[in-house]
Amino acid sequence: MSKRVLMKGNEALAEAAIQAGCIHFFGYPITPQTEVAAYMSKRLPKIGGVYLQAESELAASNMLLGAAASGIRAMTSSSSPGISLKTEAISYMAGSDVPALIVNVQRGGPGLGGIQPSQADYFQATRALGHGDFQVLVFAPATVQEIMDLVYLAFDRAEEYRVPAMILADGMLGQMMEPVVIEKPQTSPHEKPWAASGHQNKRRHNIINSLYLQAEELENRVIERYKRYEIIKEKEQRAEEYLMEDAEIAVVAYGATSRIVKAAVKEAREQGVKAGCIRPITLWPYPTDTIAKYVNQVKCFLSVEMSMGQMVEDVRLAVNGAVPVEFYGRTGGVIPEPGEVLAKIMELGR
Amino acid sequence: MSVVFEKPKALCDVDTHYCPGCTHGIVHRLVAEAIDELGVEGRTVGIASVGCSVMSYNYFECDMIQAPHGRAPAVATGVKRAHPDNVVFTYQGDGDLAAIGTAETVHSATRGENITVIFINNAIYGMTGGQMAPTTLPGQVTQTTPYGRDVSYSGNPIRVCEMLSTLDGVALAQRVAVDSVPHIKEARKAIVKAFKNQIDKKGFSIVEVLSTCPTNWGLSPVEAMQWLRDNMIPYYPLGVYKDIGGKQ
Repeated sequence: MSKRVLMKGNEALAEAAIQAGCIHFFGYPITPQTEVAAYMSKRLPKIGGVYLQAESELAASNMLLGAAASGIRAMTSSSSPGISLKTEAISYMAGSDVPALIVNVQRGGPGLGGIQPSQADYFQATRALGHGDFQVLVFAPATVQEIMDLVYLAFDRAEEYRVPAMILADGMLGQMMEPVVIEKPQTSPHEKPWAASGHQNKRRHNIINSLYLQAEELENRVIERYKRYEIIKEKEQRAEEYLMEDAEIAVVAYGATSRIVKAAVKEAREQGVKAGCIRPITLWPYPTDTIAKYVNQVKCFLSVEMSMGQMVEDVRLAVNGAVPVEFYGRTGGVIPEPGEVLAKIMELGR
Repeated sequence: MSVVFEKPKALCDVDTHYCPGCTHGIVHRLVAEAIDELGVEGRTVGIASVGCSVMSYNYFECDMIQAPHGRAPAVATGVKRAHPDNVVFTYQGDGDLAAIGTAETVHSATRGENITVIFINNAIYGMTGGQMAPTTLPGQVTQTTPYGRDVSYSGNPIRVCEMLSTLDGVALAQRVAVDSVPHIKEARKAIVKAFKNQIDKKGFSIVEVLSTCPTNWGLSPVEAMQWLRDNMIPYYPLGVYKDIGGKQ
């Protein structure tokens, strides 16, 4: 039976993971995601799980690597500076086809940056979440309810494709409270015959490894993985379209920013400018097809982000020069006001 | 015809990439013998570290995971916390365990993580061609201490067993060597104990094995054994630094 409760985004992240069967969590405190760890530390010992506070983000992500390589659903969470440290293990997990969930509740950067909401880790999440040729699935929820839904999906798809998955949230989403309906996930954890958890004298040893000293062998492993990525790009793109039917200006925004954008789009329409919003739900694979669908309809795209302009590059790639692609953003933890976004839309609508 | 000598079952029947005279082979055998003796291969997961021993995942018959440099104890922690009935061991060199992985080593030890750590101390980074390790001896010439390790400049070596023996979570911290038959017998007993401790849920057990690297030391295998006896054992005395025995 489902129930409706009021929850913080960070708590919903944790509860969703538990509902999805993830009862092993390896964490390290960092604002603004600490409630995930706090929630897990309270709940997991009561249900036979493990909350373990690591000595560092490096250790936490490598504990995740070990747990996930042994075949269980496990996760870690952090915020921007901590994610930089986690990229080591993420690259190894990608290179040894180990599925796991990593959460980034983004804050301002670079460096220690600030603790206010940001979307400045888009490039890191979608381009290079560690060294080497690889991608991870990146999901960008916009509501506390969607956090829950996407945590379920992230675990399921990570296991289906044997890739790490990331929930890319931000401090605003992590800290806000909204009603959520807690429902059981529709899918169960996948079988993992590849896992290293002891062969029980029933099979040859499993080896979880990312080292291939022969160049051609490594190339072949990477190529095989990229074939999987092509399937993911074909099947897993997700986006929401809001007031796009007759839109002349397509405003593209994800996560918490999309909520501000929707308010601005609505206001723009009241002032006579036909604006609409495309909200990517998956950032990798990027919903290129949804963007491309509108290049013959709209006169321009506007990417609005809490960064100096990162996702805008993916919009440009999808638009491929067909129409202009504009950008508006605030960074460093500054949240754009609907009025600022509206002013930009009105300027383009003139 | 009777069989008088054979490979341990937990050791794969393959050629290794180790250099002639390297003592990894001896230590691999001792680990495999311990796994056989305790009958735990089916539930053992080994964690290979970065360094010469990285490809140990090809040499042990149990399930294996290759960890990033220095992180083997964290990876082992993840496996052990997920599967408390597994027997989990790491096999790490000195650069891995005592330099880049110091935090993971110290914290898994102080948590009393119920794992077994096999620590190969050969006073050098072998895989990358013989640079200074945290365990390189004062005065020792390496590729990156071409004038000998000057401790006033490059710092002092780390005595890992001594350091870890101060931590409450440690069940066993013992230093052994594999330069002679008596020492190898001692090493075998220590490694079996380190695995047995885990099965008995006693906590973190580490066996430090003083080992040779003839290739990067620039010595013959026999000379390397003598160099170990003359130089390493005096600086890194063999013995039991901590053993909680029957105590929990």
